Amino acid sequence: MSATMSSLLYLVSGVLFILALRGLSSPETARRGNRFGMAGMLIAVATTLALPQVESYGLIVLAIAIGGGIGTILALRIQMTALPQLVAAFHSLVGLAACFVATAAYFNPEAYGIGARGAIGMGSLIEMGLGLAIGAITFTGSIIAFGKLQGLVSGKPVTFSGQHVLNLAIGLGLLVAIAALVITNDDALFWAIFAAALVLGVLIIIPIGGADMPVVVSMLNSYSGWAACGIGFTLGNPLLIITGALVGASGAILSYIMCKGMNRSFFNVILGGFGGDDAAAATGGSDGDKTVKQGSAEDAAFIMENADSVVIVPGYGMAVAQAQHALREMGDMLKARGVTVRYAIHPVAGRMPGHMNVLLAEANVPYEDVLELEEINRDFAQTDVAFVIGANDVTNPAAKTDPSSPIYGMPILDVELAKTVLFIKRSMASGYAGVQNEVFFRDNTMMLFGDAKKMCEEVVQSLD
Amino acid sequence: MSLADTSQKAADMAAQAGIDPLLFGITVLVLACFIGYYVVWSVTPALHSPLMGVTNAISSVIVVGALIAAGPAESNFAQVMGFLAVVLASVNIFGGFIVTERMLAMFKGKKKGAGK
Repeated sequence: MSATMSSLLYLVSGVLFILALRGLSSPETARRGNRFGMAGMLIAVATTLALPQVESYGLIVLAIAIGGGIGTILALRIQMTALPQLVAAFHSLVGLAACFVATAAYFNPEAYGIGARGAIGMGSLIEMGLGLAIGAITFTGSIIAFGKLQGLVSGKPVTFSGQHVLNLAIGLGLLVAIAALVITNDDALFWAIFAAALVLGVLIIIPIGGADMPVVVSMLNSYSGWAACGIGFTLGNPLLIITGALVGASGAILSYIMCKGMNRSFFNVILGGFGGDDAAAATGGSDGDKTVKQGSAEDAAFIMENADSVVIVPGYGMAVAQAQHALREMGDMLKARGVTVRYAIHPVAGRMPGHMNVLLAEANVPYEDVLELEEINRDFAQTDVAFVIGANDVTNPAAKTDPSSPIYGMPILDVELAKTVLFIKRSMASGYAGVQNEVFFRDNTMMLFGDAKKMCEEVVQSLD
Repeated sequence: MSLADTSQKAADMAAQAGIDPLLFGITVLVLACFIGYYVVWSVTPALHSPLMGVTNAISSVIVVGALIAAGPAESNFAQVMGFLAVVLASVNIFGGFIVTERMLAMFKGKKKGAGK
């Protein structure tokens, strides 16, 4: 295949990737977009296989069969509630793959036309070093994120004094080592960069609490893009640069949206420690002698049956309890009785961006019924019942009224404005921010204590 | 003709116009960032999870670099690295696209009579 031809095909592939993302602007075009993405990848792989320096296909076919088989099985088997873990695991693989490609390029630069072993061009070495470092950080960072999401590692932030200074020192050390690698072409430095970046990846993620994982997953998504970009510069391949930039931008924007959803700066999240002991101590004792009104599933069924409009606010608790199907059944029964049922999604509900939307879609909730915070917040004052299931902090009015609260300034769903608020909670324990929600103690609030799924099923039975 | 030739050619073309190959790459990068910025902001928030799935799959386009490393007829250390990278990237490509497809298949509107 001629160089012109392969360049053009890589360009086609890049355009298809852009269209893949563009398709996601609406659920109607999204699937076509995904197909564009697949076509783009197919073209990229086929074009590369047709290049003259790819001479033997046996190993490659084997590798694709192994990887493709594992990927397919994972993707088909994964439960939708476990998506965040899966995505984190996938990010780690991209990171490690970037490291391997950088290593291959370093030890066999002739294959890529970037110099000879031990005498690689300066620009290529800088790009390679950066690609390697970012890839390694993505790899170990994603593994820690995976562990926290999967519950293998405690979700609690791990902090120690001098942590940020240490991270900064390693980061600067990496840059110095890359500079030294460029000058000396020393193999030991290459491995040192690899090792230090692996350590840095762990250190960056451990101080971040479990519930800040939406930001972390988005951020690692972005890193995996920049790693691909770095490799793209090394290989002089514009397709990798384009794709890396698309992914990098996507992850960065998602991180920004998540941070805005919590009214926290990106650095505040990255520096970590949120949801630790400090936050819990700050609010201790506020729930002293206040009492809550407790209700049963029958009460809830009665109230909702006689309402005109119900807004359901799902949170991570719904995902944990796998309550989405029972919840949808409840919604359908209410609808059948003429009640307007809608769902309100807070940007940071769940453990990854858009997590709640996927779970509700899985339970066959039509996406027109699922509204974002800005779309629905105004309607709470005219709503008869707000049904909060496994969400706490995102409905806490302290974010508006209490400047000393750790969540002060965070945009919230104004459930307290509804005529009646029903809260499904397992216990009176506070949310991840460690803040008590004063809505629990209001006169128009009824607490439904129990497992979210069981409670929805009981409501359904009572409605029958 | 190889990838390297491709880039060489692009670089030559750039050189004729008086630009450095690195600058050529940076030009592509900056323009792609702008495209990414506008395209991603147009993604509806409801589809942010599928967005992560797709971006995860396409970021595995580094498989291009891995294939070149795994391709030579003679075996060497770089080939082992390439082989491993192809395995990992393939997990992502297949996994990422399939899981996205699964997610998107679930998003149904009222018109199609879903939910009943």
